[in-house]
This record gives sequence, structure tokens and C-alpha cells, in this order.
Amino acid sequence: MFKNYLIALKTLAFKECYRILRIWTQTIVPPVITMILYFLIFGQFLGNHIGMIEGVTYTSFITPGFIMMSTITNTYANVSGSLFMNKFQRSIEDLLIAPVPPTVILWGYILGGLFRGLLIALIVTLVACFFTKLQFTHYLILICTIFLTLIALSCAGFINGMIARKFDDIALVPTFILVPLTYLGGVFYPINNLAPLYYHISLFNPIIYMVNLFRYGMLGITDVNINFALSILLVITIALYLLAYWMFKQGIGVKR
Amino acid sequence: MYSSALEVNHLTKIYKNGFTALNDVSLTIQQGDFFSLLGPNGAGKTTLIGVITTLIKKTSGTITIYGHDLAQEEFVAKQILGVVPQEINLPAFETCWQILINQAGYHGIPVKAAKESAEQCLRQLFLWDKRDSQTIALSGGMKRRLMIARALIHQPKLLILDEPTAGVDIEIRRSMWQFLSELNRNGTTILLTTHYLEEAENLCNKVALINLGKIQYQGEMKQFISQLEVETFVLQIAESLTGLPLPTTWNWRLVNSQTIEVDLPKEKTISELIEFLHSKNITVIRLTNKFNRLEELFINLTKQVAHV
Repeated sequence: MFKNYLIALKTLAFKECYRILRIWTQTIVPPVITMILYFLIFGQFLGNHIGMIEGVTYTSFITPGFIMMSTITNTYANVSGSLFMNKFQRSIEDLLIAPVPPTVILWGYILGGLFRGLLIALIVTLVACFFTKLQFTHYLILICTIFLTLIALSCAGFINGMIARKFDDIALVPTFILVPLTYLGGVFYPINNLAPLYYHISLFNPIIYMVNLFRYGMLGITDVNINFALSILLVITIALYLLAYWMFKQGIGVKR
Repeated sequence: MYSSALEVNHLTKIYKNGFTALNDVSLTIQQGDFFSLLGPNGAGKTTLIGVITTLIKKTSGTITIYGHDLAQEEFVAKQILGVVPQEINLPAFETCWQILINQAGYHGIPVKAAKESAEQCLRQLFLWDKRDSQTIALSGGMKRRLMIARALIHQPKLLILDEPTAGVDIEIRRSMWQFLSELNRNGTTILLTTHYLEEAENLCNKVALINLGKIQYQGEMKQFISQLEVETFVLQIAESLTGLPLPTTWNWRLVNSQTIEVDLPKEKTISELIEFLHSKNITVIRLTNKFNRLEELFINLTKQVAHV
């Protein structure tokens, strides 16, 4: 049976990856264009006037945040969009009728999210090479951060896809929650510079920990305690995974 | 070795709004049966299939597929099951080939075997030429056939078809009947729901009638048909009549000068009727059922239940 599940997982993950590559003009090109514009505007046009932040140029400072921002939004959109489309076309029924356990289905979508997230991260990193000199200081932290973040966001997207009843529902969370949290998540500024009230409010934003961990991995600088940030990220990832698994096992949004 | 392919015991489904879709339904389908589940719209057919396929959660009761309890051994039971749903649920932008390969993968079939099986299924259902077409480009009949191919990719022992011929033209419908009959002869147990009662009568050896969430009848198709008390026949005659021949021992009506409609009770034979007409120098050119026999019985039975 385990072999069967492995084949099912491979099939589902491959299907998801193939879908991402098939519609590359929707999944890959737009975030790359957006990031080129961000690097031009914030890195080149504005960054030159801002000067050094925490010992690095502004372009270098915002690069880890840009990579995280693009991967976070794309991973989330990938999983929520793909699951919702399968629900909308009712092709999810193929999977639900087949002898595939909920864990395998969830991981199939997570692997799809990981693929798109890593692909975007790689392309944005290559784009960043044209604007700044890249550094990679703590590889292990970088790898842990990117994988935990992508798994967490995939699970969050999966939950959104499950409970969404119409197309508007999968745009709500990115528009009103994810993007504001990302913009206020220390991508463009160090939160240490904020007034104490805003600083403390910012600490409730989970994106802060993802961005700072990644920035620490690349540049070796951070606004938060790394061990604490890693613990928070781990807890968020496990909690979202368990919630997504439980909801799917209960058939919430996919079974009657 | 289990003789039954599907056993449904005391199955009840009550939706959150309080509607009882299935009320203590029990059903047994033996291995090798071609079983028809009949019922009017909203009777509970699709809910029953939804519960068997786990797309709908049951309230109570048990389901066993080839001896495997669906609640205890869900994934073993599902490996035996193939399902063709009522509504088309194909991903619009995937090709026929991809859909079959993916479905095989979900059942744990390795790629090489999946390719062989996909080719066989596509050829059997006359879709081989369309293997690289996206489903959005297929006609309604082709989509239906693709859904059957998809359900057969893992060679299930029990195939469930929820109105598979709905909306397909008569030629395709007949070719599908032929295909399903052959599949059944080769050992696949089939559970079919259909609105085309002629389909059920022609294909199935067993039948169950469900109405208002309850099984009203379950048994052999022949016995079911034998319950029919009266059949209405339409006779086309060579002569032009102005009135019905006497004595009027038959319950008949003159529809027009060359058409007679007669209600024939089951104790009377068609031969008696034709002999009588012949004795009156009336020649019968053609004789047809006014209704499909099963249709008549079905309407009578569901009417009785509605009045109770």
C-alpha cells in the first residue's frame, strides 16, 4: 500500500508542477516582472537616496524581503487557486474517490506549492544579481526558513481553497491579509526603527519572522531573536499543517 | 470469498437542514450482477452513490465492498471501485491521456502499466484519436466515454455508473450499452442508475427501486416486470374503421380510423387480440408499446408511494 501511496503522491505532485509550467505566463512571468519593477523603484531610484541600513546598502537590505514576499504570495496563490479550480470543475472528486489518503493529497498540493515557491525564489534571486551583490551567510537557516515558510503558506492556501465557495473567496485573504502583512512585515524597513508601539504590534505579524530569518540567512542581520523566530515559524507551520489535515479529513468544503 | 460485491446495511443520510435523503436503506448486489437502481428525481440515488464513493458522509449504517468495510478499510475498498459520476467533472485543460495516466497514478499503478492500460481504455471507448485533445474540445458523448475510460483505468471489480448516458445521442448510447454488457460478461459487477428505463430493462438482471429515500423494491428484473398488470399497445391497421368491432370485450379506443389503442391485461395474450381482429377481417400492420413497460410500472409504483 505504501508503494501505491508513493506513486499517487508522485502523480499528484507532478500534475501540480506540470500545471505551473503549462501556464507559465500566469504563474512565473508576472511575479518576475513585479520584482524587476520593485528592484528598479525601491532599489535603484529610491534606494540610492536612503543610504546604508544596518551596515548594508538599501538594495541589499530589501533583497531577502523581496524574495520572501514573492514566494509567500505565489505559493499561497498556487495552492489555493489550484485546489479551488479542482473543486470548481469537480475534478477533485477523482482524488476523493481514489484510494488516496488525505495526507498524500495534502502533500501533493504542498509539493506543488514548494515547486512554484522555489522556482520564483530562484528567479527573483537571479534578478537580484543585476541590482546588488548577493551574500549567503547562514545556509542552514536559509534552507529551513524557505522550506518551513513554503509549507506553512501551502497549508494556509490549502485551507483557503477548501473553504472558498466562489472565486472572490480565494482573492480575499491575499488582498486583505497576506499582502498587508507582507508589506508591514519588515520587507522595506527594519522594525527596530519603529516607535515602540508599532514595534510591539509588528511582533504579532508572523511575516516579520519569516523575512528576518531569511535576511539573517543571507546578510547575517536581523531585528528579532533568531531562535525565537525559528520556533515561531515551526509552530505556525505545524499548526497550519495539522489544521489543513484535520479539515481535509473531515471533508470540510469538499464533501457533503 | 465473498459472494456479494456491495452490501449496504441500514444506511441513513440526514443533511444538516434536516432533510432525510436516505432512510434505512439496505441493498445487496451479488458479484457479476448488472444492477439497476431506479427512482424519480430526488429519490436518493445520487446520495446513495455519493455515500458509497465517500463523497457524501453518511449519518449511520455500513457499506461493504467485496467484503471490505468502507469505514474500516476505506482505501482497500476504494481500490476495487470505479465510478462514473452523473455530472461531467473533467479538468478542462488536461488531455484525455493525462487524465487517464493521473487517475492510474492515484490508484498506485506505475507509469509503464498506466500507459498500457490508458491505451487499452481509450481504444475500447473509441477515444484513441482524441488522446492529445484537451477535454474542453470534446463533445458531450466523448466526455461521457472518457469518464467511463477513467473509471476503468484500474480495472475495478465494481463499476458504479450514475446516469452515464444522460444527454448522449441514441447511437452513442447503444454503443455504450454494448460496451457495458461486454464488460459485465467479462466479470465486472455494475451498478447503474438511469432515467432511461429501456436501458435498465435491456441491460440489467437485477433492479432496486428507490423513492423518498427508501428502497421500495429489490429483486430480479424479470420478476419486477412481471408485476405489470396491464400494458397498453398501439395497433396500426390496414382497414379504415369508423367504429370499434363488436362485441367490445376489449378495453380499447379508436385513436383514428387506422389506429387502435388497447389496454391488455396480463392474463390475455397478444395472439388472442390479433386472432380476434383477424376474425373481424381487420389486419394488424404494426404493433407497439404505448409506453415502455418498465416506465409504466415505475410510474405506477412511485405513484402508489406518493399517495401513501
